[in-house]
Amino acid sequence: MPATKLSKTAAHDNASRVFDLDAMSLRELNQALHNLTPGSNETAWEVLHPKGSHSVAVGVDQPVTIDVRGSVGYYCGGMNDGAAITVHGSAGPGVGENMMSGSITIKGDASQYAGATGRGGLLVIEGNASSRCGISMKGIDIVVHGNIGHMSAFMAQSGNLVVLGDAGDALGDSIYEARLFVRGKVDSLGADCIAKEMRPEHLELLQGLLDRAGVTGVEPAEFKRYGSARTLYNFNIDNADAY
Amino acid sequence: MTYRNPPTTPRKSATFDDYTLSEIRRAAATGIYDIRGGGAKRKLPHFDDLLVLGASISRYPLEGYRERCDTSVVLGSRYAKKPIELKIPITIAGMSFGSLSGPAKEALGRGATLAGTSTTTGDGGMTEEERGHSKVLVYQYLPSRYGMNPRDLRRADAIEVVVGQGAKPGGGGMLLGQKISDRVAEMRTLPKGIDQRSASRHPDWTGPDDLEIKILELREITDWEKPIYVKVGGARPYYDTALAVKSGADVVVIDGMQGGTAATQEVFIENVGQPTLACIRPAVQALQDLGMHRKVQLIVSGGIRNGADVAKALALGVDAVSIGTAALVALGDNDPRWEADYNELGTTAGAYDDWHEGRDPAGITTQDPELMQRVDPIAAGRRLANYLKVMTLEAQTIARACGKNSLHNLEPEDLVALTIEAAAMAGVPLAGTNWIPGKNGF
Repeated sequence: MPATKLSKTAAHDNASRVFDLDAMSLRELNQALHNLTPGSNETAWEVLHPKGSHSVAVGVDQPVTIDVRGSVGYYCGGMNDGAAITVHGSAGPGVGENMMSGSITIKGDASQYAGATGRGGLLVIEGNASSRCGISMKGIDIVVHGNIGHMSAFMAQSGNLVVLGDAGDALGDSIYEARLFVRGKVDSLGADCIAKEMRPEHLELLQGLLDRAGVTGVEPAEFKRYGSARTLYNFNIDNADAY
Repeated sequence: MTYRNPPTTPRKSATFDDYTLSEIRRAAATGIYDIRGGGAKRKLPHFDDLLVLGASISRYPLEGYRERCDTSVVLGSRYAKKPIELKIPITIAGMSFGSLSGPAKEALGRGATLAGTSTTTGDGGMTEEERGHSKVLVYQYLPSRYGMNPRDLRRADAIEVVVGQGAKPGGGGMLLGQKISDRVAEMRTLPKGIDQRSASRHPDWTGPDDLEIKILELREITDWEKPIYVKVGGARPYYDTALAVKSGADVVVIDGMQGGTAATQEVFIENVGQPTLACIRPAVQALQDLGMHRKVQLIVSGGIRNGADVAKALALGVDAVSIGTAALVALGDNDPRWEADYNELGTTAGAYDDWHEGRDPAGITTQDPELMQRVDPIAAGRRLANYLKVMTLEAQTIARACGKNSLHNLEPEDLVALTIEAAAMAGVPLAGTNWIPGKNGF
């Protein structure tokens, strides 16, 4: 990594690194992020001119902050493990896929498969998310300020999906143990997904998620909870129409 | 004494044979399709339908034990910073922890390592047993993404993006409740005891354009170090190979319909996909048309049993083969020593395929703590290494007879076919003729 190509901004005292993707390659950016070691003082990163690049800041495993100034393509923050990534724009498909820990915030909208297979951490989408949001999620928490598209939380295994707006068709199809909270209307529920009672522990859980996502002026009681009816957990020929 | 007309011998239908009748009765009684492990059991055109020509006046052989015949292969030389070099062109195919016991996975790693080759994870994540005992470990990237994490991705030696497998191109994995133990459930983030049906499609990409971007992401996460394989079931080998190359694969893996599965519907295993033999030439042709033959390596699996199969596959243009079922047999699967136990399960050694039920007498396809102790990982690993070495010696024997100082110098011109079908599929002449069905308008 040629050090001369890196600049330090005056805006940050503590060694903020600015990466301009107009001047440097994606490979250099991700390699620099992967070279970080525990205790590094390079804790604040800024990425300029992403211009829809794919795989921006993937596989980061140190607790740094990364501000991406613009919109990104596929898989931004993929497999993130500890970084706090903010996209000041919109995100393409698969943002935060398989996230382990940390957080990703999208100031704009997100395309398909947001948070797919995520195992931990928090994904906040301040705009809308498209279809298959939270598909196959395995422990991640996802908070969407707007609406989500069809087939969201398909085969969702674990974690929480919070939607302040509406959900499209076939929400939670073939869902396992993930919890879904939707404030607006749901076009339809998928196979084996049902509305469930909102008990005090769920209200408490939801309040915590809203707090972590910085959502104010919204009460947990405004949401409905959805989850698995668990009727398809073991095969039964009389359920064949549902498969 | 009255005269009786001579009776005819009772005749059973070729269409409604005993197996078919038993399956109709079974379906009527249970109301569920038959699920089993393994690959296609029906008779298919295969490597047995090919013969190797050997040397003659125009081709002279190499001395069997004196002249070198190279068996090594490098996989991932296209883009990976750290391609893998194997001593033999026979790898161990992906089989999951969950479908297999921990000791069986360990034995596969030990055997592969002793023989100088790689083993592969499966639809259940990477276990310490196999990472610890496998010098070269390929980490599968599957639609379910069970156990997927960047740490394991980085400690793998190669990554295999699994699009499909030969036993069920277009089908997802299946692990029934009996085998979802606490440990399996935890690795897969699922409740214990449920019937687990893995996704058949990747959750965050569809089609070749997305795959290219997905491969870019995996390369970026692993700093372009790891070879990236793309594995497909034997469905459309020409186009699948071409699209995998276009998507940036270092290695293409094609699994024919004889390739095994832990558990899938019988109707799927026997009726979907193409035989291994039918997949090879189209895949090689795609690589040649793109100018990528030997630059992107081709691995073929599904029904590889001995060194002759290895030699014939390599002669048709593949770079390496992969074994799964045969490796399990080397570990002890379907061993007659457990015949009494097989009989109790209503089957016999050699036919046992209810791997999904988790009661494997050989202790391989089970999560039962008592049964799995029947696999001694050290002894079973040694048997697998022996078997791999025998296969390699056999393949070398054939290659030397053809005058080849490397297994990879075998070529289609070294082969003829015994049947018209095999001649057409393999693109080699029918024995005793110069006729290659489908070539030159005939």
